[in-house]
Amino acid sequence: MIKVENIQKSFGDEEILRGISTVFEKGKTNLIIGQSGSGKSVFLKCLLGLFKAEEGLIYFEDKAIQNMDEDQQRDLREETGMLFQGGALFDSMTVEENIMFPLRMFTKQKKSEMQARVNEVLSRVQLEGANKKYPSEISGGMQKRVSIARAIVNKPKYLFCDEPNSGLDPKTATVIDNLIQEITHENNITTVVVTHDMNSVMEIGENIVFLKFGKLVWQGNNDEIFKTDNEDVTDFVYSSDLFKKIRDVQLKENS
Amino acid sequence: MRYLRDIGSYFLMIKRIFGSFTKGSVLKELIFKEIEDLIISSLGIVVFISFFVGGVIAIQTALNVNNPIIPKSLIGFATRQSIVLEFAPTFMSIIMAGKVGSLITSSIGSMRVTEQIDALEVMGINSLNYLVFPKIVALSLYPLVIGISMFMGIFGGWVAGVYGGFSSSTDFIAGLQDDFQVFHLVYAFIKTFVFAFILATVPSWQGYYMKGGALEVGKASTNSFVWTSVLIILANYIITQLLLS
Repeated sequence: MIKVENIQKSFGDEEILRGISTVFEKGKTNLIIGQSGSGKSVFLKCLLGLFKAEEGLIYFEDKAIQNMDEDQQRDLREETGMLFQGGALFDSMTVEENIMFPLRMFTKQKKSEMQARVNEVLSRVQLEGANKKYPSEISGGMQKRVSIARAIVNKPKYLFCDEPNSGLDPKTATVIDNLIQEITHENNITTVVVTHDMNSVMEIGENIVFLKFGKLVWQGNNDEIFKTDNEDVTDFVYSSDLFKKIRDVQLKENS
Repeated sequence: MRYLRDIGSYFLMIKRIFGSFTKGSVLKELIFKEIEDLIISSLGIVVFISFFVGGVIAIQTALNVNNPIIPKSLIGFATRQSIVLEFAPTFMSIIMAGKVGSLITSSIGSMRVTEQIDALEVMGINSLNYLVFPKIVALSLYPLVIGISMFMGIFGGWVAGVYGGFSSSTDFIAGLQDDFQVFHLVYAFIKTFVFAFILATVPSWQGYYMKGGALEVGKASTNSFVWTSVLIILANYIITQLLLS
């Protein structure tokens, strides 16, 4: 569980996050959504500790990251997996070396144990046999899956995903969404996904936080988001023609 | 103001490089990889340039010394002094700023653009130690490269002097041994260590703190060459003033 209390962050005179408080629950896929410029990525970077918030506290379980010393923060990061927008795989390493990297850095496992774990997670993301390929030799969707494998190989407590579907076709995007959700449930991880993809919202939005101009304006799940009267949310959700048409059909049926 | 901020950020980077260390076994591998990328892969170009520049120095000295009073051994002497004092340590370092410096900036810059550095940080790894420290260690072998450059430069001078008919081998070798001061070698290698540190850290700073995309990686590589060269020239002047004057 991650609890956020009154997080504020500015760059110069510009306020990016204006007092966000929320809870990201364990064993659920928690989504942060909102338009570009709403502060989603800055919020995620604050959660990850890459940006320091000027005000507020972020609790991982019962400990605030702001009150942790360097060693505690490093331990926390070892318990954290991250899926970056572009995958962020190390170009100079093979798929296997990429996935093994966190194990080599943070564990004292033998090579054979690490190899077994790598094969296990590769199998989990359905990439058996891709061990010796380089990131440049595999597709974008496969890179995302390798990135997920690397994020979960060290059995993290927290999984963060930054726009996991960007640049992917709808079918592959759904595969990635489902994979994230399945892994979250299987391992009882606290997962936080930043996205503006409404398909992801529909597929895996178990707890959705909607941001606008750095403020949390709505929170709910993927059922509630289509029923809410909140204008900011409906503006965002029904900005796509597809969702507008679905809503019109539903309204016609209801009337 | 921007320059002051950049200088501050450079020294903060140096401090962070020697902060929390990467796991020893991983670091060892990284160091060997950097030795291969930065040192071994540079030897070919160093040997090639040094040999021919040494030859040119010998020929030009010979062509400019027509007075029969001046001994032919001057060709060997001038070649040695030029190569040992300036060409090998300083000008070879500027050439290396182009080769090694651009490689360092573009590789770290690409990692910045593709979020690979963020990935390291999120994992709790000191990315500066992971990326830059192995380069500093690898480039501590840089004096070896310069030693090879000195040898090849003098050898090139000997080949051009003797086989070009400008000097006999005996005269050339006599010139090499004439008024030889060990301190000149010490001075050259002290310079080389300083240049090696500049070569490892300035391009790293340019790559690590760059912002933007692929185009900016190219710009950062150009800036890296310019600033590394400027700092090498400045350091050269200061060290020469301190040690030789």
